[in-house]
Amino acid sequence: MTATPAPPRTSPLNDRHEALGASFTDFGGWNMPVRYTSDLAEHHAVRTAAGLFDISHMAEFRVEGEPAAAFLDYALAGRLSTMKIGKAKYSLVLAESGGIVDDVIVYRTGEQSFLVISNAGNRDAVAAAFDLAQRTWTSGVRTETEVAESVDGVGSLSVDDVTDDYALIALQGPEARGILSSTPGVEITGIPLDELGYYAWTEGTFDDAPLFVARTGYTGEDGYELMIPTAQAGALWDAALAAGADRGLVPCGLAARDTLRLEAGMPLYGHELSRDIVPAQAGLGRVVDLDKEAFVGKEGLSSGPADAPVLVGLVSEGRRAGRAGYAVLHGDDTVGEITSGALSPTLGHPVAMAFVAPAASELGTVLTIDVRGTRIPATVTALPFYRRNA
Amino acid sequence: MTDLTSLRYTSEHEWIALDGDIATVGITDFAADKLGDVVFVELPGAESAVAAGDVCGEIESTKSVGELYAPLNGTVVEVNDAVVDDPSLVNAEPFDGGWLIKIRVEGDLPAELLDRAAYEDLTA
Repeated sequence: MTATPAPPRTSPLNDRHEALGASFTDFGGWNMPVRYTSDLAEHHAVRTAAGLFDISHMAEFRVEGEPAAAFLDYALAGRLSTMKIGKAKYSLVLAESGGIVDDVIVYRTGEQSFLVISNAGNRDAVAAAFDLAQRTWTSGVRTETEVAESVDGVGSLSVDDVTDDYALIALQGPEARGILSSTPGVEITGIPLDELGYYAWTEGTFDDAPLFVARTGYTGEDGYELMIPTAQAGALWDAALAAGADRGLVPCGLAARDTLRLEAGMPLYGHELSRDIVPAQAGLGRVVDLDKEAFVGKEGLSSGPADAPVLVGLVSEGRRAGRAGYAVLHGDDTVGEITSGALSPTLGHPVAMAFVAPAASELGTVLTIDVRGTRIPATVTALPFYRRNA
Repeated sequence: MTDLTSLRYTSEHEWIALDGDIATVGITDFAADKLGDVVFVELPGAESAVAAGDVCGEIESTKSVGELYAPLNGTVVEVNDAVVDDPSLVNAEPFDGGWLIKIRVEGDLPAELLDRAAYEDLTA
């Protein structure tokens, strides 16, 4: 069977991006803005003022029904059943091997309802993982009593991909709250913005449309992720840009998003995370609750090799950055490989994340990066590279 | 402002301005836009010999690395220190302050060099 690659999908905000003169790139099967003017200017705007990102390519799943919380405890690495309504939690979808299928943010929207946001490129993989988890859960993990007590076994659980119903817009940066509060048409009906904690969500309306407002992000700055029905997305984008214009808000593309998340030490699926990487290798052991009786990947995690490479931060001097795929050496021995790297716009020197052998991962160890034949010294450093002033 | 029709171009997105036997070389606005913000350039040393098609430098943006190909045969007589100090000139003034190297041309110009119309067709 031959598969013809599908043409890239476009965001509900595509006409806005074209009008703003964006350059586009294919990301996770979507044609998305890589930059509007200057990726450095967009990066600095988020650190000092605010940036507006279209992240509608990300996938959203609603997990609902009486067994939703128990099911997510089984389907994901963390314990979601103890989350309070209104909170958000970072979690992982694991393969049976313990390898990472995706990293997700889970929002508890009700006693029996959750919203799970996954990466665009993993939309099908996450849907398949949820399908498989439902089958293995009902056939083995749930007790016969539990299955009998629910209406028709797993039938009361629903997992729906609602990606196509919504646009997702991230408003990030120190000015984000002021801008959102002053965006015409935005009414917060739930917890007010000035009382909303980090990794929590509230709700409201934009004109007559329901608006989901989460205080989460992928930039290392304070800010919000806004979920809105696709029909109202363009109007919200325009209103936020206009409201933020005199506070330094600019539209930002994926190039800036990537350097921002790298400085913040946040992993990107396909770079730091993959099915070949178990959570502990990527510094995400805390995300996994091994005390849970059963969950997808639990058995695989118990048999991982002890000397598997681990994720470290690397900093260098000068301006020449190591890039994804470049070898990392300790003396003359290759000990690892860079997964993401760039000249940090905020810090002014090169930063990288790399998987290296545990013996070379001690903080302060001086390694070298093979930058196209030139050896650049790089020191193992704690992540993140950048932390905002709280 | 440089008259873009007076320049020659390569399919690797360099431009060449000829003045006698001295060729000033840079990368086009098209190439600079594709790269994104340039943050580092490495240029060949003065007096180094270059041959048409050889990699003679690197241009790095936050997102990617581009190679600078020598567009013709000759000897580098000057490099633009201003662009080494401030690589953003490549984006801001690709055809003026963002020039990269000057080469004393040796022998004939390569036949593959493009005029403006041909280069615009290439990047259309």
